[in-house]
Amino acid sequence: MTTAVVTGLGITAPNGLGTEEYWKATLAGESGLGPVTRFDAAQYPSSVAGEVPGFAAEEHIPSRLMPQTDHMTRLALAAADWALTDAGLDVGEFPEYGIGVVTSASGGAVEFGQRELQNLWSKGKEYVSAYQSFAWFYAVNTGQISIRHKLRGPSGVLLTEQAGGIDAIGHARRHIRKGFSAVVAGGVDAALCPWGWVPQIASGLMSTVGDPARAFLPFSADAAGYVPGEGGAILVVEDAGSAGARDAGNVYGEVAGYAATLDPAPGTGRPPGLRRAAENALADAGITAGDVDVVFADASGVPELDRAEAQALTDLFGPRGVPVTAPKTMTGRLLAGGAALDAATALLALRDGVVPPTVNVAGPAPEHTIDLVTEAREADLRTALVLARGHGGFNAALVLRRAH
Amino acid sequence: MTTTTATVTLADLTRMLRESAGEEEGVDLDGDVIDTPFMDLGYDSLALLQVIGEIQRDYGISIPDDAVVDAETPRALLALINAGSATAA
Repeated sequence: MTTAVVTGLGITAPNGLGTEEYWKATLAGESGLGPVTRFDAAQYPSSVAGEVPGFAAEEHIPSRLMPQTDHMTRLALAAADWALTDAGLDVGEFPEYGIGVVTSASGGAVEFGQRELQNLWSKGKEYVSAYQSFAWFYAVNTGQISIRHKLRGPSGVLLTEQAGGIDAIGHARRHIRKGFSAVVAGGVDAALCPWGWVPQIASGLMSTVGDPARAFLPFSADAAGYVPGEGGAILVVEDAGSAGARDAGNVYGEVAGYAATLDPAPGTGRPPGLRRAAENALADAGITAGDVDVVFADASGVPELDRAEAQALTDLFGPRGVPVTAPKTMTGRLLAGGAALDAATALLALRDGVVPPTVNVAGPAPEHTIDLVTEAREADLRTALVLARGHGGFNAALVLRRAH
Repeated sequence: MTTTTATVTLADLTRMLRESAGEEEGVDLDGDVIDTPFMDLGYDSLALLQVIGEIQRDYGISIPDDAVVDAETPRALLALINAGSATAA
């Protein structure tokens, strides 16, 4: 069967803009969580977020695109540019319909949408931007990346809440298997505005702890919910034959296994689907749990969800059977961008032979029998398992294998 | 909303185009663009819709929706705008 490899990465994260800045900060355990500055969060019970620092949109986005793009899409466009540059991919050398775009999304460009809805209801319809027609739309990142780089291959958007980044990469692999050369895939999200904030508060899962170093402590005895962040990663997923033929500069690793499951309906008494997703992804990769060198956990930070994940990991790998890490403790949960960033982070870990740390957590609660990596740990890493869950019962698992 | 009979000039139009729809790389809006089709200036119908919206708000005039389609150049759009301005009561 065709092999799908990752040949380019583009990262925008709260603790680093650009792949190498992010990776350096991540290995050093530098967190990007802090008090919300993008809007006045004082009136809300939750006030900590991971904001992408130092992103001057004008430096990355052409003038014509500025009025028609939300912050989220600008971050996505920058990440896509970097990923394509990193891959050294000359789009013009591929068939016109040879390269697609698949991204994940959650609520769309809510900051743009909120502003225009406020214009509508406070000033009148003539004050609403014509670009509201598409700029808010959850497919907008895919569309703008496609237009900007003339990527006319199979494209789409997947909404599985915070599992979406993995699903996008899995879907990219389907296109590669059908014969397409490459797919620009991943997710970048941003919802740091009241409209993006309030529904997350209503979910009851968001942390209300005001200290950024104490707000998001997955697997800890003090876990009290999650902290949202913005950003994510865009990857170039490419047919290994194509990458070899053009002598691609980077082959970060292989998308070796993928699976997604949906939790059973509440009240059925059946177990959640995360373990099944992981098992199916391992089977898809043709490996067993013993072959996995590191797990990038979903790391919800919500105690009962942490419990379910730790249980699934223990069932699969045995007590403390595999290093488990959650570098998202430095970024917050990036909604539709988080799982894509975890996948990119796993590829960097495989490249450099080092497990990035879970920060702010001294160690797992005694009930969680997992080997939680709290300081960067060097190891011979060949295979990584990335897990993600999305609100509403989505589970996704991705097996990434070092290239050589 | 107050109406005005102020005339919209090419300089006004290009300024508002820049503000509301941005400026295409490689296009000099300050050059001789009065008869250059909007498409060649890098503006699609949505960009025109956006700038026409701004002109209507700023000048308190009403411009027919068809202007987006009918006015292919700055000269044609300015003629429509200033005609609208003249008839606004």
